[in-house]
Amino acid sequence: MAAQYDAIVIGGGHNGLVAAAYLARAGKKVLVLEKRHLVGGATVTEEVYPGFKFSVFSYVVSLLRPDIVRELQLARHGLTILPLESTLTPLPDGDYLYRGADHWETLRNVARFSERDAGAYDEYSRNMYFMAKAVKYILGVRPPDPTRYHPRDLWGLVEMARHFLGLPEDQLWLLAKLMTMSAADFVEQWFESEPLKATLSASGIIGTFLGPRSPGTAYVLLHHYMGEIDGAFRAWGFARGGTGGIAEAIASAARAHGAAVRCDSPVAEVIVKDGRATGVALENGDTFAADIVVSSLDPRLTFLKLVDPAQLPGELVADIRKFNVRGSSGKVNLALDALPDLAALPGPGRHLAGAISFSPSVDYLERAYDDAKYGDFSRQPYVDVIIPSVIDPGMAPPGKHVMSCFVQYAPYELREGTWEEKREAFGDAVIDALSTVMPNLKEVILHRQVLTPLDIEQMIGITQGNIFHGELSLSQLFFLRPAPGYAGYRTPIRGYYQCGSGTHPGGGIMGAPGKLAALEILKDS
Amino acid sequence: MADQYDAIIIGAGHNGLTAAATLAMAGLHVLVVEARDNLGGAAATEELFPGYRANIGSETVSLLQEEVIRALFLKMHGLELRETPIGLFAPQPDGTALTLWQDVTHSEAEIAFFSHHDAARYPDFAAQVATMAGALQSMMLLAPPDLAELDPSALAKWGRVGWKVRRLGDRDMMAFMRLLPMPLKDYLDEWFESDALKGALGAAGVTGTMLGPRGGGTTLQFLYQNLGGLNRYRTVAGGTGRLAEALGSAAQANGAEIRCGSPVARILVDDGRATGVELAGGASIQARAVVSGADPKRTFLGLVGPTKLPPRFMRQVRNILYRGSTARVHFALSALPQFRGQAREEQLSAAIRISPSLDYLERAYDDAKYGRISENLYLEAAIPSVADPYLAPAGHHLLSVTVRYTPYRLRDSNWEEQREPLGDRVLATLARYAPGIEQLVVDRHVLTPLDYEQRYGLTEGSIFHGQMGLDQMLVMRPVPGWSRYRTPIANLYLCGAGAHPGGGVTGAPGYNAARAILRDIKG
Amino acid sequence: MPIPTPLHARTAPLNANHEWRDWAGYLSASLYEPSHEREYYAIRNAAALIDVSPLFKYEVSGPDALRAVDRLITRDATKCRVGQVLYTPWCDEDGQVIDDGTVARLAEDRFRITAADPNLRWFQDVAYGFDAQVEDVSTSLAALSLQGPNSREILRAVAGGIDLDALRYFHLAQGTVDTIPLTITRTGYTGDLGYELWVPAEYAVDLWDRLVDHGQAYGLLPVGMVAMDIARIEAGLLLIEVDYKSSAHAQIEAQKSSPFELGLGWAVALDAGDFVGRDALRAEKARGSAWAFAGVEVSWTSIAKLYAEEDLPPQVAGRASRQAIPVYRNGRQVGQLTSHTFSPILKRYIGIGTVLAEHAAPGATLDVEVTVEYRRKQARGTIVPTPFYDPAHKRR
Repeated sequence: MAAQYDAIVIGGGHNGLVAAAYLARAGKKVLVLEKRHLVGGATVTEEVYPGFKFSVFSYVVSLLRPDIVRELQLARHGLTILPLESTLTPLPDGDYLYRGADHWETLRNVARFSERDAGAYDEYSRNMYFMAKAVKYILGVRPPDPTRYHPRDLWGLVEMARHFLGLPEDQLWLLAKLMTMSAADFVEQWFESEPLKATLSASGIIGTFLGPRSPGTAYVLLHHYMGEIDGAFRAWGFARGGTGGIAEAIASAARAHGAAVRCDSPVAEVIVKDGRATGVALENGDTFAADIVVSSLDPRLTFLKLVDPAQLPGELVADIRKFNVRGSSGKVNLALDALPDLAALPGPGRHLAGAISFSPSVDYLERAYDDAKYGDFSRQPYVDVIIPSVIDPGMAPPGKHVMSCFVQYAPYELREGTWEEKREAFGDAVIDALSTVMPNLKEVILHRQVLTPLDIEQMIGITQGNIFHGELSLSQLFFLRPAPGYAGYRTPIRGYYQCGSGTHPGGGIMGAPGKLAALEILKDS
Repeated sequence: MADQYDAIIIGAGHNGLTAAATLAMAGLHVLVVEARDNLGGAAATEELFPGYRANIGSETVSLLQEEVIRALFLKMHGLELRETPIGLFAPQPDGTALTLWQDVTHSEAEIAFFSHHDAARYPDFAAQVATMAGALQSMMLLAPPDLAELDPSALAKWGRVGWKVRRLGDRDMMAFMRLLPMPLKDYLDEWFESDALKGALGAAGVTGTMLGPRGGGTTLQFLYQNLGGLNRYRTVAGGTGRLAEALGSAAQANGAEIRCGSPVARILVDDGRATGVELAGGASIQARAVVSGADPKRTFLGLVGPTKLPPRFMRQVRNILYRGSTARVHFALSALPQFRGQAREEQLSAAIRISPSLDYLERAYDDAKYGRISENLYLEAAIPSVADPYLAPAGHHLLSVTVRYTPYRLRDSNWEEQREPLGDRVLATLARYAPGIEQLVVDRHVLTPLDYEQRYGLTEGSIFHGQMGLDQMLVMRPVPGWSRYRTPIANLYLCGAGAHPGGGVTGAPGYNAARAILRDIKG
Repeated sequence: MPIPTPLHARTAPLNANHEWRDWAGYLSASLYEPSHEREYYAIRNAAALIDVSPLFKYEVSGPDALRAVDRLITRDATKCRVGQVLYTPWCDEDGQVIDDGTVARLAEDRFRITAADPNLRWFQDVAYGFDAQVEDVSTSLAALSLQGPNSREILRAVAGGIDLDALRYFHLAQGTVDTIPLTITRTGYTGDLGYELWVPAEYAVDLWDRLVDHGQAYGLLPVGMVAMDIARIEAGLLLIEVDYKSSAHAQIEAQKSSPFELGLGWAVALDAGDFVGRDALRAEKARGSAWAFAGVEVSWTSIAKLYAEEDLPPQVAGRASRQAIPVYRNGRQVGQLTSHTFSPILKRYIGIGTVLAEHAAPGATLDVEVTVEYRRKQARGTIVPTPFYDPAHKRR
């Protein structure tokens, strides 16, 4: 006899845990099933080398919704976000651009490259504030379906129209530009100096398989800005204990509300009877029964693997097959004997406590993309570095450090060879690129973990290792995410729901898909 | 007493003339002033070599709006349109060639040579393109809605567009919204596997833009280019310039005056209102309305002057992406060339496209992105004299080749240096597909993006008066908030391709602008 | 972290309190002595030397410089003769104030504009299309403000070659003092007789030393921001981000102000050139502004009474306050005082702020919030004309 639950959440990533916590909070008997030995999915901290702890995959938090932090009392459950308040762009010529908490210092740094840019900087920041404020609305709503006549959908559309048409005209237009432009063109409306343009544009390519000059990337740039709106909440930072600290806090909140979380429990399939989900079966054959089954996995897995696609409408299956999940990024995690020295700013300093963006020019990023679009990893990649042990000394043994390098581009599908053959060459390309600005880097590396998109897929299951569970392109947002007609977290199978980053509003450690899905599920039951 | 007109149209391009004819038919006293000595602007046909009549900017008029043709009685004024059963001929590096026809079944057979899978899917693809292009067509002749100040009457019309979109059915409507921002490569990859087919079709998506087929929004451009029908190839008998002549004739028949060789020095503005124009010679002409067929940058920066416009508006105008990327090389040929893989002369009667794969296009774009001319040129050629012998001396032929991805701004060189080398490279590229073509060349003429700017007044040589990316379409064309043909200067209107719906020989911006003016004048 | 101004080598040793402010990213002394009172009285009674180098400075030059400046500012720049200085706001297209400052016409084709905020992009965008260049000279040019009734005599001793008697209020003189190239404008932010000295940064210390040397005999003191803040309120002068918010920084429409609403209607030349924002301001003029700038005197007896209720003697902060306080009429909030201070020279409590236009007539009475022992109370205030303090020697 299978154990009986009200709801089973497949996948203990942060969205699965958020959904579980909200369902449990509403009184449901909830079980979370995670295939790995620890919760978190891509939101984990692991001691990869003895004494060295890594936020193995996702490494910073900017978007975690304040309402979720508040409602699930995550601070009480151990969540601490440490500030990550500067971005340093070291340049191959030994110069650098530093932008930090001191407004005027930042402007002086920008002015060294262009006085005009310094004059435009505040205006740009203010505009991004307005944009984040404008779209914040959609982070909190289930996407209405414009093809349905259900009052809830019509009302949703009316509300949305009222919200957006109610914006000041300038902001409405800027939003329209933001939705349609390339990140590079967008920032070029204000700026002329390469290090600044490149570093700002870089936010627009993270997690996408598009170059900074590809239209559509400006929106991704905004996606990374959306956390900024919650200013005082300190939304942009590094979780104490690594990213896994976030998952653990949410899991703790879920448990406190009575949810059970089982690790080492890979789900083989969702059991469907008469068009209705009735439970799940694990790979080891164990089964669990529940009226509600929620998948936090990506749309491909949710619709094509966990259930038999033959049970789904052909159009949905076709749409999910078309859903663009191209993996484009990799990760290099380094255990260091000492701090790396920056050629531009030798020695220790607060600049090492922030992000270090290896993005010297827009062309540099674009060339990195050029390599990838023809099926090779970037020979000279874009790298976003943080050194968590500077912010949180517990991440490494005393005096030693861990360094997280997010790398783009690394296409999941290589045109020639396999990732097995190319993994180390990819790692070398990253280290070589960074060594141009961190001359001592190679000498201080103790261990190096290179994660390709294939590794990410194999380790945590995300199809193609796409960190957003599917590209954040205009064709795959809002009521088109993950497929037309199924953006409301439901599926054609009664009792079967989706709550992962492949649903609205998308990826990043935001938690919004998990919460919105839980609210929809509660409406149905 | 100075001349007093109801409206002065700046530029006798096809949109300026469309606006002029439409206004004149409505009873307005209209003057058209044109810098060049002939009509048509970039849509002119000029005798570049004695006896050869070359289409300067546009070979075809596939997108010309039927309503414009009818409303202005263009056929009565001498417009004769021709269509070929062939859509395009795409010779391949391996010596084969793909020919696409207007007729879907015909095309299927050709595609099957490359892929049976693709051949089987082609009819459904053609049907979807027709549906989607139809939805787009319904927006062509409407002024975009003013989102900031919702005008119920305009919204009602766009409501009809919405209805038209909705009548497509839920799935089509979702597909439409999904497709517009999509990279064309993704769209074509969903349908087809053959590089030859995708390369040949995909080229339409990058027309007049500085984007590769992986660029978002290229699907919209693809649909736009196929508004008249997938791979439609419609030309004007006697050359594209005959359209301008027909439009000019329609305007004059209704009392409009047209002065060629009269470049405008500036638009006269008094206290925020346009009052007329000043010609290069110094003469000024008064009018109740000034209608500029020039592109937005030329209009506002050049003719009005930035100091008379709000700085924020000027920021937007200065931020318009032009990114001219088109050059044309005209060859006078002593005989018809023979392409590899070409069986019949008829195959050369429409577009001849050197674009063997989407990656070929993408790589051509890569070079342009960094300010270089492509290593491997993407070419769009036509031999109009095949269908219209009038365009070349007897037995001879005119070969007109559009080269895409020729950046206006060359990083390590300039167009004076690159003009003739470009001609050489175009010929060398063609020779790979049509061996022996070099021996047929009697003369040639290269038009670079810089030439288009200097001679035809196109900013950065942008044939569409501004790139047609998603960010510069509909309510955002030419700049957000000013998509309704009006400008911050009272009585000054835009009627060129820089206004909605955009470039190509459509007549739509001119026609829409004229109707906006009539609404303003008649209240 | 704020950085030193060109005068830091002199101001740092003098700053006994080590109390600094961050003024546009520069270290700026709040006060040099344990109390600001001596510094305040130096402004009003003797002479004060204030490092105002952090001001933003721009030069507009070229054949169209006049036209560009005229397009930028709300005043009629064509009436600004060479050697003259204008105080003016500048606005966006909607007629909302971006910033305010002084415009000095250095030559037929050259202007220098001071600003509180970075304005390079805006100035360049407004000048776009004119044959004029806009250059940011903020870091290359240091600025010293010499204020107070004795300032002329000190300056005469230092800059002997420049005819100060001919230098009228809101005019400028240029010359060299030994090798120091110098522009002197008869301007200031204290409402007293005073001069501002504009000097290439590398000469700033030398100039400071000469002024201090000659100034000692006239009671010259280095003066910090605290004393200057009191003086500028007495003079009824606005401070950006305190008394109004730049339209370039406003997050909502309600935070923006037109010149009319800031009491700068006199500086709006609606019938002169086509400056940016003119059409919007014409419309506002026609329909009337919602808000008005107000100088308010808060009755001392009224304040004393409120303190007496708690059995306390009246006590007010010695420093000016930038903490806005609401003002009421008939129990309804009708505005706020954005800067307020006890005026040591007038022995009155004064403030400037914004009130609904219908309550702004001189003589109108208002209730001003005063907090005594954590209790909110209301003292009687009266609208009075500004400047509150306007010595005749300022213009003489």
